[in-house]
Amino acid sequence: MTTAQASKIIASTRELADFHGGIHPQEMKSLSNQTPISKAALPPQLILPLQQHIGNASKVIVEVGQQVLKGQILAEADGFVSVNLHAPTSGRIESISEHAIAHPSGQSDLCLTLTPDGQDQWCTLNSSEDVTQLSAFEIQTKVRQAGIAGMGGAGFPTDIKLQPPKHANIDTLILNAAECEPYITSDDRLLRERADEVVAGLNIVSSVLQTTTCLIGIEDNKPEAIAALKTATQDSNIEICVIPTKYPSGGEKQLIKILTGKEVPNGKIPADIGVVCQNVGTVAAIYRAVRFGEPLISRITTLTGLQIQQRGNVEVLLGTPINWLLSQYGYQAAKRERLIMGGPMMGFTLTETDIPVVKTTNCILAPNETELPLAPPAQACIRCGLCADACPAELLPQQLYWFARGQEYEKAEHHNLFDCIECGACSFVCPSSIPLVQYYRHAKGEIKQQRADQQKSDQARVRFEARQQRLENEQAEKAAKRKARAEAAAKAQAAKKLAESQEIVIDSAKTDSKQADLIQENQNNQSKAAVEVLDLSELKTAWDKAQSKLDKMYDALDAAKENNPEQVTKLSRAVEKNQMRVNQTKQAWLKASAKTESETSTAVITATESETKAESRSTSDANIKPDLAALETAYDKADSKLAKLENALANAAPEQVEKLTRAVNKNKDRVASAKAELETAQAALSRTDNNAMPEPPVEPVIEIDIPALQLAFEKADSKLAKLENALANAKPEQVEKLTRAVNKNKDRVKAAQDELEQARLNAAASTTTPVNDSGT
Amino acid sequence: MGLLTLTSPHTKGPQRTSVMMRWVIAMTLPGLVMQTVFFGWGNLHNVIWCSIVALLSEVLVLKLRKRPIAFYLNDYSALVTAVLLGLALPPFAPWWVSLVATAFAIIFAKHLYGGMGYNPFNPAMVGYALVLVSFPVAMTTNWATPLSLLEQTPSLSQTLSTIWGSGTLPDGFTGATPLDTYKHEIAHSLSADVLAKPIFGSGISLGWEWVNAAFLLGGLILLLLKIIPWQTPVGVLAGLMIPSILLGYDADQSTPLLIHLLSGATMLGAFFIATDPITSATTTRGRLIFGLGIGLLTYIVRVYGSYPDAFAFAVLLMNFAAPLIDVYTQPRTYGYEKAKRGTKTKELK
Repeated sequence: MTTAQASKIIASTRELADFHGGIHPQEMKSLSNQTPISKAALPPQLILPLQQHIGNASKVIVEVGQQVLKGQILAEADGFVSVNLHAPTSGRIESISEHAIAHPSGQSDLCLTLTPDGQDQWCTLNSSEDVTQLSAFEIQTKVRQAGIAGMGGAGFPTDIKLQPPKHANIDTLILNAAECEPYITSDDRLLRERADEVVAGLNIVSSVLQTTTCLIGIEDNKPEAIAALKTATQDSNIEICVIPTKYPSGGEKQLIKILTGKEVPNGKIPADIGVVCQNVGTVAAIYRAVRFGEPLISRITTLTGLQIQQRGNVEVLLGTPINWLLSQYGYQAAKRERLIMGGPMMGFTLTETDIPVVKTTNCILAPNETELPLAPPAQACIRCGLCADACPAELLPQQLYWFARGQEYEKAEHHNLFDCIECGACSFVCPSSIPLVQYYRHAKGEIKQQRADQQKSDQARVRFEARQQRLENEQAEKAAKRKARAEAAAKAQAAKKLAESQEIVIDSAKTDSKQADLIQENQNNQSKAAVEVLDLSELKTAWDKAQSKLDKMYDALDAAKENNPEQVTKLSRAVEKNQMRVNQTKQAWLKASAKTESETSTAVITATESETKAESRSTSDANIKPDLAALETAYDKADSKLAKLENALANAAPEQVEKLTRAVNKNKDRVASAKAELETAQAALSRTDNNAMPEPPVEPVIEIDIPALQLAFEKADSKLAKLENALANAKPEQVEKLTRAVNKNKDRVKAAQDELEQARLNAAASTTTPVNDSGT
Repeated sequence: MGLLTLTSPHTKGPQRTSVMMRWVIAMTLPGLVMQTVFFGWGNLHNVIWCSIVALLSEVLVLKLRKRPIAFYLNDYSALVTAVLLGLALPPFAPWWVSLVATAFAIIFAKHLYGGMGYNPFNPAMVGYALVLVSFPVAMTTNWATPLSLLEQTPSLSQTLSTIWGSGTLPDGFTGATPLDTYKHEIAHSLSADVLAKPIFGSGISLGWEWVNAAFLLGGLILLLLKIIPWQTPVGVLAGLMIPSILLGYDADQSTPLLIHLLSGATMLGAFFIATDPITSATTTRGRLIFGLGIGLLTYIVRVYGSYPDAFAFAVLLMNFAAPLIDVYTQPRTYGYEKAKRGTKTKELK
């Protein structure tokens, strides 16, 4: 069937757009699409990398030495963006170790090694007879369980694609059957032989995503596959869109533009414009997983290139070592040749062949020199612009090349370096054979490295600044504390000084104890006084010295003012310092002398409390009045205590009599002394009052006094009467208390009466004005 | 096993730089043939002489730069420069004029900037402008009269002795170009009278019209082969035609359009000189602007300047502007709404 015939069959009237650029390399499809898919044999060992997909590596859940069945899960998905890994055949887990994997870097990764036992025994599978009965969630779960990743080459976990973001409104499902890369024919053969499975899988996906439009994008160089698809999609509304053969129309973004006319916006995914793309192999695997419960354990891989004798497509178990596989199909390695995993445009070269087939291995290409000659040495770029004409992303590859070479990465990014899909069209057309894609990969790597370094240095700077801040805060705190302590100390010092000065002047009662000690000391140790005197004289000498020095400094300053002006500041500062010193020594001397003076003065006084108290009291009028009240209180207290003791004595037991008698006597003395004090104070007060006051006219005072006194007398009298009454009616325990109270009040009454009469007499004596006598 | 580690892609298309250069040289042949037919041996000799000088200069410089000679000579870029100069210089220009022009072009305008691909100015035009300014008499008085107007055509030995010796040419072998003639004559004559002169042939330019037509043919073939982009020649011709139509419509005041297009170095310049990819703009829109600029400047200098044919200066001036044109004519990348313009770059995030 020719292309034209195939196109005629297709009834799809969909208007196809085109993407910019593109190239037409030699297809070389006929090398491998002539024979049906063959099933590869069981290799002696299977090596299963834990990462065959985009996302997190799977977590191993089996142990070394464990027997596993075909399809048994060996490693679980680690997180959301991850897939499960299953045993491709039954056997024994040999090891979990580092092994070389298929990666451009040639690095190794953690792999499970499985030795098949030849039984090929399946584990129990969860098949569903009627897939239409399953809910979307059930299908998603089954797909995730089966460990399906995108088999077109990227390896994105398929179950995530079946759960698009909530905001996305998916309406178009596109099956990517373009297979634009030369040499690769796995999708072609799969469609020819298993179109039913592919279409069934497509329907499953469509039902999960609930899409309204289902498109199959296929290049026109696959007429047989188109026919097979037409038969398979007879009764469905799946549209088959035959697109012109052009590389890279199989690129997701390019295919979307061709089939829908829409472009995937920069930085977004196709789901954001309502489109989901799936690879043919992936969709077939989805069908097998949902319908039969079979996990992803094998894939169709194209073995092609003139170095391989039996070229074609093979259904190979995942984990099959490539060297074993190639030997099965007649690989004859030539000297200085390439072994490419993938196609000639985007595949990467392998450095060794002891690496396994993984979920994304779509082709193994072993070309010889004639079909894919090595590129000639690169010449200078002539800025012809053929690369820009070919670029499907509409970039300016020659500018990107210049910037990448000149390491002007900001300009490269400005020219949308990261929109490059690394399809290789620009390198293909370059007349100077410049490996352009290599420059872009290098530039992208450099930019990513710069971003990572920038992030690190930003973090380091933030931490550094925080640390600086913390140190500064600590310093500030220390300084504040020091200052506070200094202030507190200064305050305490000042307070202490103030207290000391007050002590010396006012409260010489404190010196009593000191005085006693001092007398003791003086009597015992004459040298102490001498020392005191010596200290004093020393201080005086110091003061005199300081004073004389200060005088000298002043003279010098005056001289300097006249003769040496530059010395003036220095000398004036020195003068100030000496002045301070003089003041200090003077103060010290004064303090010392005052102290000794007070001490010596107190040493003279006889050590009786009452006398010194009296003396101190007598020296100050200011203390008389308060002392009077205090004395009165003291007297009353003493009196009442005496009365109590006398009572106790009266009721005492014989053994207590002596003690109580002594106590009584003591208190009698105390009372007497208190009384004496009081009287003295009163006398002094009256004397001072009399002395202080000039002879004022007595009349107004008396006029006020007499009624007040009368009132006081009446009050006292009534109170006495009350108390006597209470006494008469008192209980025995209250008797003595009340008796005392009665006696006290009797005295008070008497006193008040006396005062009143005295006042009246005075009034009568001084004036002839009769005074209203309210009578007693 | 000896497996090679190479980067993708592992296959290449058929385009090659040296192939493109050779096609350019090849497509000048029709024009060269026409020049020889109408103007004598001068151009052919100059092409050969300039080629020899160019290759020798290139070898000298490569030796000084310690580069592999065969590799660099094989890109044929020196030869292209030489051929273009040979075609552009006056047929009877002394040998030292060609020597200076070519040597300066190869050594200074090409290799001292880094070699092919790194020069900002068109080397052939640099050489041409240098000798035009330095040796004005030699460059203006050595244009050939169309052979058909002569009783006695200069033989090869006469041509050689003129170029190489100081032998004086018989009167009449050299003469002013049609562009030059028209420009000076129209100041005091009418168009009809000027065009009656034999040098204008059937009303355009005797000999020159065939030469330009041949170059146009060669250029069109290059376009079909996709060796040169169409934007540049179209831009040049449009840049020349538009002001001519708008301002120079009156044949009694200024040179007519057809003489502009089919006389002088117009077609050679439009298809072979302006399309030099290394020194022109790289974006498609940029090339259009580049071409337009050249055409416009050529017209301005031809009409208002003192040089009869100022293609070289126009090209050099636009070479200055090419990088800026590139910056402002970036295409819209897939997935973006608008194209990015200008030089503002964001800080690397």
